[in-house]
Amino acid sequence: MADCHTDSTATLPAPADAPHHVVAIIGPPNAGKSTLFNRITGMRQKVANFPGVTVEHHMGKVRLASGREITAVDLPGIYSLEPRTDDERVSHDVLMGKMPGLPRPDAVLLVLDSTNLGRHLMLAAPVLSLGLPTLVILNMADDLSSRGGSLDVAALSAQLGAPVAMTSAKRGDGLDKVMQFLAGTASSGQRVAPKMQLPVLQNVPSCRKWASDIGARGKYRAPAPPLWTRRLDDVFLHPYWGPAVFAFVVIAVFQAIFSWATPIMDAVSAGIESSGAWLGGQITNPLLKSLIVDGVWSGVGSVLVFLPQILLLFFFIGILEDSGYLARAAMIADRTMSRVGLQGKSFIPLLSAYACAVPAIMATRTIENKRDRIATILIAPFMTCSARLPVYALIIGAFIPDRQLVGMFLSTRTAMMLGLYVLGFVAAVLTARVLKSTILRSGRTAFVLEMPPYRWPTAQSIGLRLLDRAKVFLQRAGTVILAIAVVLWVLANLPLTNGQPPEIAQSIAGSIGHFVEPVIKPLGFNWKIGIGLITSLAAREVIVGTLGTIYGIEGTTSDVGLQAALRSDLTMGGAVALLIFFAFAMQCMSTSAVVRRETGSWKWPAIQFGYMTGLAYVCAFAANKLVTALWG
Amino acid sequence: MQMSVNRNLTHLQRGETGILDRLDLPEADARRLMELGFIPGHSVTPAHSAPFGGDPRVFRVDGSEIALRRETAAHLILRA
Repeated sequence: MADCHTDSTATLPAPADAPHHVVAIIGPPNAGKSTLFNRITGMRQKVANFPGVTVEHHMGKVRLASGREITAVDLPGIYSLEPRTDDERVSHDVLMGKMPGLPRPDAVLLVLDSTNLGRHLMLAAPVLSLGLPTLVILNMADDLSSRGGSLDVAALSAQLGAPVAMTSAKRGDGLDKVMQFLAGTASSGQRVAPKMQLPVLQNVPSCRKWASDIGARGKYRAPAPPLWTRRLDDVFLHPYWGPAVFAFVVIAVFQAIFSWATPIMDAVSAGIESSGAWLGGQITNPLLKSLIVDGVWSGVGSVLVFLPQILLLFFFIGILEDSGYLARAAMIADRTMSRVGLQGKSFIPLLSAYACAVPAIMATRTIENKRDRIATILIAPFMTCSARLPVYALIIGAFIPDRQLVGMFLSTRTAMMLGLYVLGFVAAVLTARVLKSTILRSGRTAFVLEMPPYRWPTAQSIGLRLLDRAKVFLQRAGTVILAIAVVLWVLANLPLTNGQPPEIAQSIAGSIGHFVEPVIKPLGFNWKIGIGLITSLAAREVIVGTLGTIYGIEGTTSDVGLQAALRSDLTMGGAVALLIFFAFAMQCMSTSAVVRRETGSWKWPAIQFGYMTGLAYVCAFAANKLVTALWG
Repeated sequence: MQMSVNRNLTHLQRGETGILDRLDLPEADARRLMELGFIPGHSVTPAHSAPFGGDPRVFRVDGSEIALRRETAAHLILRA
């Protein structure tokens, strides 16, 4: 067929030994591109078992055997060179040399899933016809052979007119061939013309037929279906067992976060207290002692206590993402999503917003429809991110008595925490409903989601994630939270009268708190909570540190602890109102910044901030009045 | 011969295999589905479906499992 083939004869010589040798890693979604990238660069880009994990390009250095360094670019997955979503556009632009600040790649690593070669080979046609030196990497070779599939690498390579390597990026097998290829292209710098006729992109059926023919001549034997995946889906997608297992897992996770983490948290807490006391004993200058012990130690320390809980949460999220269950959860949730006018694809960013809204908002790039994407961005911060966890845990621990509801399995505190998570989700869904039936109305788009086979999460992948998360958390504690603690301590000790710091209520910090008090009094908050609300505009968990500092300066924490100190400052009504306020309010500068970047203007972040904070105020007000009326 | 009522993917029982004839969808949507394996002439087998009403449903096609909503599946017409 003449109309479905193209002759590609252009040979573009590149300068030998170009200063910046760039190699692009491209391939269909969930083929293992980022895993390979991490292997060859030693970096730690996020990898997980669902399509669409990578939504922007990442660069890393690869050190060749010769000692020379080249740049590898990890790209979002694509099905063809015709981008339909913003993440696919990134890959397209990088490949075509249209990405600002990045030269056109000198070579390509085309990563395909060897267990699904018939379909994945379709991408080889347009990529090879770019005329760049290309290594075709057939990844997940361990899966292929364990499921009884096989192929003839030499024959396939001859058919494609390009070198072929079998790898298992996850296990690190076959990487020597990748490194050899990189060394070869880096030293020659030659661009090669494909030695064959390749189908053009427009016609998918003929591309698919081409892929089948090539596969057949490469003696490709497709693997047996993944038996375990089907068995697991018999349970996880069972009409009754599926939802039951889902509910059981969620409750167990929350119970674990509350009960399992307690001994570790107690240990961290004791460690911080005793080290603070020890430090206090070493410092003789009373002012410096107050700064270090009351300001920094109480402030930063009271946030650090929550690290074990956050790591436990990320451990469970990691297992969910790496196993492949996330795609099933998205499918189960699609019905709810469709009722509010969104699609199941929106559910994956929303699920990742339980960790943090920033990557979740990035992940909306996989949503094709612009209005669906904006709606998902706007509701993502309602999902209970990990920064809310310390706030919830602190207030619940202080105000909700710990009683078992269902044997060992569900306590009052776990139930309260679960309730707050559900509340955030409900707010998100109802907001989506409103948005999608008013300003973001759009036609329905097809919901298409690939179900990856289940895979064992590796200890290494989960471990690295926890390590990275701990780093982020400690970094934030050591920068933002520390800085706010120091500034707050200074403001709480000024103005000096006769060289003596004032009572905190009369200090500058106190006056700021008193200034906002009239606004927040109807919610049941006093001026101390007011200071916390202001500092938590930077990030939610900062309020915990701020309260730690305030009570530290007052001298209350050392006697009774942060929770007991809070009890003397908040009524039950105020405590519930504070929980509700944190569930709804938009208190995260990083999120606003990323919304601005992803939507291209300040309009959406402004609307989002106004709406969420307004909703938080009204609902906290109602909660305070209601609980106070009922509780007395 | 064309049958009077075209059978589509939603008419298949779980485990029953049908041969795809065409995709009655806008060009861009049809393309994406074809890239995922829904190519005319290929066989499609419905598998698990979501709880509470069975929508969306997973289809086994071209070595992969792809979930589609009923409204989309209804536009994928089977060979008579």
